[in-house]
Amino acid sequence: MDKQYRTIIGMETHIELKTASKMFCGCKNDPFYAPAPNIYTCPVCLGLPGALPVPNKKAVQWTLMLGLALGCKVNMLSKFDRKHYFYPDLPKGYQISQYDVPLCYDGKLQTSFGEVRIRRVHLEEDTGKLLHAKIDGQKVTLVDFNRSGVPLVEIVTEPDIHCAEQAKEYAKKLRQLVRYLDISDCDMEQGSMRLEANISLKQITSNLSLDTGEENELPSYKVELKNINSFRFLERAINYEIRRQAEILAKGEMPVQETRGYNPEKDITYTQRVKETAEDYRYFPDPDIPPMRFSDEQIQEIQGFIPELPFQVIARWQKTYGLEPRFAELIFERFYEVEKLDLIFAELIRQGLSVAKLVSLLAQKKIEVDILRDTPEQICVIFKKLTMLDDVSEKEIIPVVETVLKENFGAVEDYLSGRKQVINFLVGQVNKALGKKIDFSRLRSLVEEQIKKL
Amino acid sequence: MIKCMLLDYSIPKLSDLLQRKEIAIRELVDEAYENILRLEPLVHGFITLRDRSAVLKEAEELQKNISKGFLSPLYGIPFSLKDTYNTRNVRTTAASKVLDTYIPPYSATLVERLISAGAVLIGKNTQDAWGHGASSENTDYEIVRNPWDTNRIAGGSSGGSAAVVASRMVSFAIGEDTGGSIRNPASMCNVSGLKVTYGRVSRYGSIAYASSLDTMGPMAKTVEDLAYILEVIAGRDKRDATSAGDLPAKYREFLGRSVQGKTIGVPKEFFSGEIEPQVLDVVHQAIKVFERLGMRVTEVSMPHVKYGVSIYYLIALSETSSNLARYDAVRYGKTRKHFTPETSRRIILGTYALSAGYAEGLYKKAQKLRTVLIQEYSEAFQKCDVLISPVTPGLPPKIGELISNPLRNFLEDLYTATVNLAGSPALALPAGFSAEGLPVGMQLIGKKFRESELFQIGYAYQQETDWHKQSPPIIKKS
Repeated sequence: MDKQYRTIIGMETHIELKTASKMFCGCKNDPFYAPAPNIYTCPVCLGLPGALPVPNKKAVQWTLMLGLALGCKVNMLSKFDRKHYFYPDLPKGYQISQYDVPLCYDGKLQTSFGEVRIRRVHLEEDTGKLLHAKIDGQKVTLVDFNRSGVPLVEIVTEPDIHCAEQAKEYAKKLRQLVRYLDISDCDMEQGSMRLEANISLKQITSNLSLDTGEENELPSYKVELKNINSFRFLERAINYEIRRQAEILAKGEMPVQETRGYNPEKDITYTQRVKETAEDYRYFPDPDIPPMRFSDEQIQEIQGFIPELPFQVIARWQKTYGLEPRFAELIFERFYEVEKLDLIFAELIRQGLSVAKLVSLLAQKKIEVDILRDTPEQICVIFKKLTMLDDVSEKEIIPVVETVLKENFGAVEDYLSGRKQVINFLVGQVNKALGKKIDFSRLRSLVEEQIKKL
Repeated sequence: MIKCMLLDYSIPKLSDLLQRKEIAIRELVDEAYENILRLEPLVHGFITLRDRSAVLKEAEELQKNISKGFLSPLYGIPFSLKDTYNTRNVRTTAASKVLDTYIPPYSATLVERLISAGAVLIGKNTQDAWGHGASSENTDYEIVRNPWDTNRIAGGSSGGSAAVVASRMVSFAIGEDTGGSIRNPASMCNVSGLKVTYGRVSRYGSIAYASSLDTMGPMAKTVEDLAYILEVIAGRDKRDATSAGDLPAKYREFLGRSVQGKTIGVPKEFFSGEIEPQVLDVVHQAIKVFERLGMRVTEVSMPHVKYGVSIYYLIALSETSSNLARYDAVRYGKTRKHFTPETSRRIILGTYALSAGYAEGLYKKAQKLRTVLIQEYSEAFQKCDVLISPVTPGLPPKIGELISNPLRNFLEDLYTATVNLAGSPALALPAGFSAEGLPVGMQLIGKKFRESELFQIGYAYQQETDWHKQSPPIIKKS
């Protein structure tokens, strides 16, 4: 009997918030663009003796906002805890994080494969960055603390993801939401978004229905995938892992519980670290930071900060302007762009112009406007110029078509021998020669007619 | 008593003399360094002494502004700091070789406030390394000697600060109190010391021992001096999330007010068990003084204080094991092999108390009991305004006695540690001498943020007694 496996994936995502200052001190929060190492530092983020952390209010607000946008509940009494371990990029020997009372919990994100439940959204500080180098022939490791103390939001899902495509969709949608709220750039190359996937395979025999209680039992191992630098790599790494784990399980063995990285050149995952037991971080509440107590009014206020979410915007535009979602979702990334677009659409309506047409041009990048800087009136002017057609008679067009066909008889032969897409080139030549704005499909049918006559 | 030297005078008296130009700042500085030259080789109160000529230059600069008026009473007054406090460009070690070569790039908030007020920093005092101890013997530098008997300890962990104030090497010092570290040495050296309410003085820049217990406080010859110093260093600091605002009117205004009708509580648990009879006697004499002043005396009971030392150590050691994790020699300092056995012992115990499987029954249990203690103090304060107790159970031990007996070392904190757990302020005042002339202090514990009341009562006591006016025989010039 063929063994069937159900893929069980949970994802942990870290997002660097783009607050002006770091999480627990006033240092500039700009690690990626810093012109030199160790310039955005102070006693607090360097872990000097005697320094104390003071929480960044904006970072807390943004974390709550993200959690609420994900449909989470809020812990009205929350706190920061110390998470202890030793590493050269961790100046205090502990990371200030959240343990048992995260700011937000119990949310969800929709994917086309089903709902992915969000277990928790919490706030912590980032570590410094290690660089391996060779100085005077010696192998050394250098530490840069520009990143130490940057606010980091961690989003953990339940193991509700069941294939690589769903993982990719989840990550993309999360990124879209975070960028929309404008709380982070979520750039995986710059490190402001980091993905981790925990994967295991659960054996199901072919006559076991998925409705039994066994559905909820998790496999007794999980493999952690880290250091994945793109959505494409995420998908490939997960698919490789599924194959690798299935092979091991088929032999009757258990995959080792470990952390693996992904090698994009070889398209494989490889062992990075084997963890026999869970690390003891000796969590305890950070005595330097009083606990946070939120009032209903404060949470309501933050709820009020959340702009209309992307899926709501697209639905509204579909209803009001008949916009196709596949174009609508291409024309904005941030919430303030939506505000501006609404103003532009209103102006178009006022002037009797087509919103759908503008959106199509924007989506295909065929119109040169700056949504944020140009006024709605200016955009209408550019739009009209681009789309207004000239009044050109067939009498004018036909001679030009004949000339173009004569001059490009090679292309005509290609067209006649079956390469139909050459028509676009020929139409383009006619367009150029005429120098006027003519509806493309009209021109195309005229050219086709003329070719038939040859 | 004839004052044989300027540094015998109180701060307001010195400030008055300075502002009327009857003396110059440099005279104070010179006297300080002369006493240091003479007595420091006997006392060993300093780890780092600032260069005399550099300090004299500072004094010259400060002198220029003397006639401008509106100066702080601390202007031109020589002081020292327990080596716990970061001082920019002046070595700071916390008495550990791990920081032997550490020169901080910043100063603690309270240091900035004192320097802004015009006080003159003379040097950094020795202590038990990292605050770990009650004798100042757990230091990687010279052990402090008690100026009253140099074969005995000066107490700890702010032993160096107490000794240099007692020896008139400075006018005042800032110590640090986590479980009794200001009160213990103040009592053993016959000086006045204040443990503030937790959060009253900013902890920013103070090398942390136990974050939920550490307090920063003044040590000087009189309660009056303590009040003037607290005015400068107290108050909210935006760099310390645990610091509190709401300062009362100037503390000096409470000095001289009558204490008639106030009630003093005597916790019976603090007066049973193994206490040196001479210590008990001193405290009883003090209670009589308060009765003479018109205060009422009442007995109170705080049954859980008997767990005080255990609760204190479980919490303090857990927090210190965490706070010392940053000393990994990567960014500054020397490696961890320089931690002393006493410090290593505390780190190991603290790590154990926080570790998986043990945290529930040790650290967390201690925190729950801490709440019980807080409630007990609260209930006691329903019946009285202040509590009185001894500071330590015995007389100042000989050097070597405490450090060789870790358990006895821990038990020195019996009367002082629960005050830190509750967060209350407490005053340690000279209250008498043993038959052999060793100082014995007593402790007044107040309600939270009521340092003003402690000053009021302490000042009244010091008007009725002159224990605090005595100075150790070695300071007399031969």
